[in-house]
Amino acid sequence: MSVVRRSDALVRPAASPARLVVRGAHVLDPRTGVDGVFDVVVIDGGIAALEPAGSATVPEGAEVVDGAGRHLLPAFVDPHVHLRVPGQEHKEDLETGTRAAAAGGYCAVIAMPNTEPVVDSAPVLRALRDAAARDARVPVAFTAAITRGLGGDELTEMAELRSEGAIAFTDDGRPVVSAGMLRKALQYQRLAGGVLALHEEDPALSGRGAMHEGEVSALLGLAGIPSVSESTMVARDCALAGYEGGRIHIQHLSCVESVLAIEAAKASGVKVTCEVAPHHLCLTEEAVRGLDTRMKMNPPLRTEDDRQALIEALRSGVIDCIATDHAPHARDEKEVPFEQAPMGTTGLETAFAAVYTQLVVPGVLDLGLVVERMTGGGEPFGIPAPRVEVGEEANLVLVDLGSEWEVGEDGYESRSENCCFAGERVRGRVLMTVAAGAVAYRERAFAVVGA
Amino acid sequence: MRHLLSIEDLDRAAIERICDRAASFAEVADREIKKVPALRGRTVLNLFYEASTRTRSSFELAAKRLSADVVNFAASGSSVEKGESLKDTVLTLNAHKPDVIVIRTPWAGAAALVAEWTPAAIVNAGDGKHEHPTQALLDVHTLRARLGGLDGLSIWIVGDVLHSRVARSNILAFQKMGASVTVCGPPTLIPRGVEALGCDVRFTLDDLGEADVVYALRMQHERMDQAFVPTLREYAAEYQINGRRLHPRQVLMHPGPVNRGVELSGEVVDSPQAVITAQVEAGVVVRMAVLYEVLASARAGEPVPEPAPA
Repeated sequence: MSVVRRSDALVRPAASPARLVVRGAHVLDPRTGVDGVFDVVVIDGGIAALEPAGSATVPEGAEVVDGAGRHLLPAFVDPHVHLRVPGQEHKEDLETGTRAAAAGGYCAVIAMPNTEPVVDSAPVLRALRDAAARDARVPVAFTAAITRGLGGDELTEMAELRSEGAIAFTDDGRPVVSAGMLRKALQYQRLAGGVLALHEEDPALSGRGAMHEGEVSALLGLAGIPSVSESTMVARDCALAGYEGGRIHIQHLSCVESVLAIEAAKASGVKVTCEVAPHHLCLTEEAVRGLDTRMKMNPPLRTEDDRQALIEALRSGVIDCIATDHAPHARDEKEVPFEQAPMGTTGLETAFAAVYTQLVVPGVLDLGLVVERMTGGGEPFGIPAPRVEVGEEANLVLVDLGSEWEVGEDGYESRSENCCFAGERVRGRVLMTVAAGAVAYRERAFAVVGA
Repeated sequence: MRHLLSIEDLDRAAIERICDRAASFAEVADREIKKVPALRGRTVLNLFYEASTRTRSSFELAAKRLSADVVNFAASGSSVEKGESLKDTVLTLNAHKPDVIVIRTPWAGAAALVAEWTPAAIVNAGDGKHEHPTQALLDVHTLRARLGGLDGLSIWIVGDVLHSRVARSNILAFQKMGASVTVCGPPTLIPRGVEALGCDVRFTLDDLGEADVVYALRMQHERMDQAFVPTLREYAAEYQINGRRLHPRQVLMHPGPVNRGVELSGEVVDSPQAVITAQVEAGVVVRMAVLYEVLASARAGEPVPEPAPA
């Protein structure tokens, strides 16, 4: 029996290829430089034409989508989501999680392996990929654990997991506590390949912390998680990666100290990329004052100085991409006192609107830059960013930037509702998502004109 | 006042109103029959998720002196140990139609959360390391009785501030009443960012002489195991309030129970400066005032009843 070697880590669900024309939308793709009003023709799931507005001929049997006054962007790629399969389907499953992704404008997501059981063996990964081919709405890539059972003391069979399709390795949710263990994983990476994605936290410093250590934790009497719990591990792991020549990706940066550590590592040639979550770009520890458990996540919401440093790092490119760390939890799990609640917020359905409303509308960040950072989430892992270009597979999101809505007003596509932006008025509504050449999402009230 | 959840929610007027009412209840304790009918027919439910004898019995006495019916529900030996969630427990207890739930939990914000799940009035008897508002109110009451008021006083809170809900409530309450507050303790037991509460921070007792009131916190033995301080001996050497450090004009307070020979020396506990038993006495009358406030005065404008023999 020969092992099936899967070169493509993205599992693409079967779907009928789109055949449509988006008429007169403002097409913006910072990578190709397209920035203007065009007709975009999609035939058999590929971008067939990009023509001046009103000039495209509608192919036989194609839908016509009215893009007037709307923006057509390359769809987003999220390198960090928790789809909770296998074992925690009461929080999310492959169908609801990827439906949430499609509703948020994502054409691909990368799922974390901290499930029950942990994705740490080829059979679990194989079953998961088979299930995704059936159930997912958008392409999904799966990561596998660095250490068996996320226990931190035994490497997984990384080579076999790679050949079975693991896109990367991570113990996300936990750090690799032992420097010696991470070093072995970096050495083994030379055989197995696959980026090591790292959740950075020193358990001895985090302790039983429930929020950022600072003024608000002092007021609330909550044990704090200091910023240095993260940044010391970022610095340590960058040093290890530099020493071994390994390739690492730092997950969900939350503080200024970590930004400085990454900046220094990149400057000295360490092969490191990193991500930031919308909640760390938009919220601070102030949001925790009311002890709303939706504001409890790891890493925690930090200070305004941290938030500003993250925004600046995103602008300068020290931070490579935006990742939601979409972490659904059931209502009864979050409906408990703050200290008892699990860490995590959902994010797929709100990432673009939150970042657009908080950072683009007030003029802090350029829309093009935000699009670049939201579409580039796969690049650290070898998934190219979608491009709006003739000949490319259609990965598109149509958004109405002027449309204002309240997060949660119509419920969520996700099975869970623990969204830190719930109740916020935001701007920027996703009307339609095309993922891997197929229509993956249409906003309920958004009608298609027809052929 | 619908609930008593935190000192943070109260203004000076509310604190004074509760203390004034407590003073009017004080006389009840000296009667042969220590009861007034103010809350007759009302049900007070004590829901305690942490071991507590003093606070629980203080609330129980307060409720009984107001003629309320009292039910004690302790988390140990109950459905809570069988894994029932806080919300399910509260929904179950609602069936007994309590008018007030007095709740203590090891979790910050739990009292406020419970207030959303029950029509009963909630009195926070301690939520994690967050707040212990009735302790702060009884401390304010004790100081008003002893010194007339708190305006312009310098109050030092000494000890394990990090793990103390009493400290947090008192930092807020004393300042609202016009005092200035300094916290002092080992740097490992002073929370980072505590200055945001408006207090000064010191790590030695060198300037303890500036204090009008010294409020010592209980030093818990388990902090040794967690390496917050090397030994109790060293803690006592640096932070114990003793006859050498306490000036005769200073008032000494402690929330109890006292570790003699650790945070306080025996001689200061027994000294006339100590108001520790007055604090315990104040506990009952202040809790009577709080229960009265959240129940009887919910009907607007009702005057304080003249305590009359039951």
